[in-house]
Amino acid sequence: MRNGSMIQPRFRVVRESWCTSCGRCIRECSFGVHTRDSRTNALKADSSKCVDCQRCVVFCPADALYIEENPNRMHPSAMWGEDTRNEIYRQAETGGVLLSSMGSPSGSVPRYFPRLLINASQVTNPSIDPLREPMETLTFIGRGPESIERDRDGKLRDNLPPHLEMKVPVMFAAMSYGAVSLSVHKALAMAAEELGTYWNTGEGGLHRDLYKYGKNTIVQVASGRFGVHADYLMAGAAVEIKIGQGAKPGIGGHLTGAKIKGDIARTRMVPEGIDAISPAPHHDIYSIEDLRQLVSMIKEATDYTKPVIVKVAAVHNIAPIASGIARSGADIIAIDGFRGGTGAAPVRIRDSAGIPLELALAAVDQRLRDEHIRSRVSIIASGSIQSSSDAAKAIALGADAVSIGTAALCALGCHLCAACHTGRCAWGIATQDEELEKRLDPEKGAERLCNLIRAWKREIEEIMGGMGINSIEALRGNRLALRGAGLTQKELDVLGIRHAGE
Amino acid sequence: MRREGEIRIPSGCAISGIFARDGSAVNGRTIRTSIALMHERSNGLGGGFAGYGIYPQYKDYYAIHVFYDDLLAREECERYLERHFDIINLSKIPTRPSPMITDAPLIWRYFVTPLPHKLQDEHLDEEEYIARTVIKLNRTMKGCYVFSCGKNMGVFKAVGYPEDVADFYRLDEYEGYAWTAHGRYPTNTPGWWGGSHPFALLDLSVVHNGEISSYDANRRAVEMYGYSCNLLTDTEVITYILDYLTRKVRLTWEEAASVIAAPFWNTIALKGGDEGKRLAYLRHMFSEFLITGPFSILVGFNGGMMALNDRLKLRSLVAAEKGSKVYFASEESAIRIIEPEPERIWSPKGGECVIVQLDEGVTA
Repeated sequence: MRNGSMIQPRFRVVRESWCTSCGRCIRECSFGVHTRDSRTNALKADSSKCVDCQRCVVFCPADALYIEENPNRMHPSAMWGEDTRNEIYRQAETGGVLLSSMGSPSGSVPRYFPRLLINASQVTNPSIDPLREPMETLTFIGRGPESIERDRDGKLRDNLPPHLEMKVPVMFAAMSYGAVSLSVHKALAMAAEELGTYWNTGEGGLHRDLYKYGKNTIVQVASGRFGVHADYLMAGAAVEIKIGQGAKPGIGGHLTGAKIKGDIARTRMVPEGIDAISPAPHHDIYSIEDLRQLVSMIKEATDYTKPVIVKVAAVHNIAPIASGIARSGADIIAIDGFRGGTGAAPVRIRDSAGIPLELALAAVDQRLRDEHIRSRVSIIASGSIQSSSDAAKAIALGADAVSIGTAALCALGCHLCAACHTGRCAWGIATQDEELEKRLDPEKGAERLCNLIRAWKREIEEIMGGMGINSIEALRGNRLALRGAGLTQKELDVLGIRHAGE
Repeated sequence: MRREGEIRIPSGCAISGIFARDGSAVNGRTIRTSIALMHERSNGLGGGFAGYGIYPQYKDYYAIHVFYDDLLAREECERYLERHFDIINLSKIPTRPSPMITDAPLIWRYFVTPLPHKLQDEHLDEEEYIARTVIKLNRTMKGCYVFSCGKNMGVFKAVGYPEDVADFYRLDEYEGYAWTAHGRYPTNTPGWWGGSHPFALLDLSVVHNGEISSYDANRRAVEMYGYSCNLLTDTEVITYILDYLTRKVRLTWEEAASVIAAPFWNTIALKGGDEGKRLAYLRHMFSEFLITGPFSILVGFNGGMMALNDRLKLRSLVAAEKGSKVYFASEESAIRIIEPEPERIWSPKGGECVIVQLDEGVTA
């Protein structure tokens, strides 16, 4: 028994015989796994500290490292899995709430995107080759006016409220400064500007150095109101009111005092070293009419020049909630599904509260149409959008655009080890350690993000072209373009699609 | 096999149209000659015509054309019509038996005007009242289908080749200032007359050749505004979109064309100025009504006709002029067979509408 814990290390670091003992792994590991024996000069690994972030594996010049799962197994039980027992051991040892990071890894709740199949043209209409014909992915999101207006000469008057214009229907999801490093924010901001899309500050304010990216920035106002002031609201292209998050519906946030220092404290406008707690609810929003007032206040404060987004977690009642938001004066609804990512969330909430994005999105889009208000608002979908085809399917289900958090972090090097809460991210992403943060070069990061989104854009164009569609708005809500495979009739009904072969 | 409306059936087609700007009478046999030439573009599973100015003696009344499955449906539907309308005249639509046209339903025609107290009670204008009544009837009443309900115009359609359909309905006995025609090539056998084209609502009728890839996005959008797409055909959804844009939103025909076949964003940017702003506004405001995929349509309405191609021009459409007459067809030959020496013949560009209207002073 190690340190009085019954929990066995989950991973084993294995060093191959051809290791050159160069010691690169020692420098790369931020968790202190690798050390050099001062007597023998040989490299050793303390596997119990390993989080499987893969940093040493990727950087080993001799490809002499790999990490495997601990081959030990507990006494077999079909009912009581090893994870379940380990969680009980942990709680018995600590008396604490289980915390973890990233989106829910639970395999028992279905992911629907892989079971949705996309249509393609054959014979009766032509597919369109995006290399030869124009293919439009330009996306506008925002509120639609209720009717047209004409001046005395009969000319149409431009009565469109402020909109966001995206060259590709993919934006970066909210991740706060403090939860992620300034390098991440810089990379996201630079990439958003280069790509003609948006990034989102999250709830921790906007670092002074990044105000210059304002026209590609969505500034967030969350329940803690960290870093919110007049200049901040005016700095962005849109303001997002964060009500909830898919990874932890109904739960607030907590950035430990250890991470609140220097620029983070200044940007958040909180004292150094004090925990920054985002309350579970906004304490000025206890009901839908209160949301309407906050939306109005933000619009007043920004002189009606910025669209307002309201972000909610996908929960059972999401359809009526979205309808209420659409009628609150908000321009855009962001729906974050069950598998949405996070820097830290209670495991029980993450793995059991909320509903999958696909079902929530389909229900919301249909509900807004049933109420004849779908064209009044735009919908941004998020929560484990893993590929361009997920994005295309989300749009066909009814989203105007999608946002990606985890996929963007993966482009920056994240390996999903779920150790964000330790603050020791070896990839320079979820850390405030100056040395670790330097590992992420914002310019190189931005380039990788641009590559990713450009690749997705090409793929979306291919998907659209195959369907004979040459403009993104003709894909939006085009559910006949989808068929389900291996889904029950109830699931198909909620998704509003037919089964493959029908 | 599922009936039209229960499943979406794509189809290829032939279309043809004639318009006399001076309001002069064109006999139905002329349009028959034109569409008959494109026999190969149909497969015998649907043909139809729309004629404008064909009912001058009843021009102030709505001409309701109905298919009935049986007598029972007719009795029920007539009771419904009597509750809502003053029926001025009713009769079977005259037909000529033809071995090529089989399984004909009962086909009736009513000239009606809305009961004044009904209009008052429902606080609707006359056209909206007619539109709602017809949409409701088609959605809810079994065994009957209203396929034409405009003033001084009428749709004639059936399952068969268009030339046989023309003979069946005795179109040589009708004269009008405008005609459109459709020959259908559906990719399965619906065998239901209501599914043939043109599709019409009030005086608006559409014949269409193509298969739109934006179908369900368009359908789900237009259904927000009180329409119910029961046939699941492109033509139906295009008709409803155009009815919504021109009658309810009151866009001009040019504006409506700039919505459904909106120019590409880079074209709009190149135009710049007021025109660019106008086009950008329309595209933003009505983005859900952009129609993608191949289509060529002829839209008939009281006093005018519009021809429009999808913005990539993925379907053929030719226009021609001679004197006060304007011709449109899927193929040039279908124009030349009725007008061998047009003064001008051209292929309208993708997304560029051609609109013709009666000369000033000429009434329909």
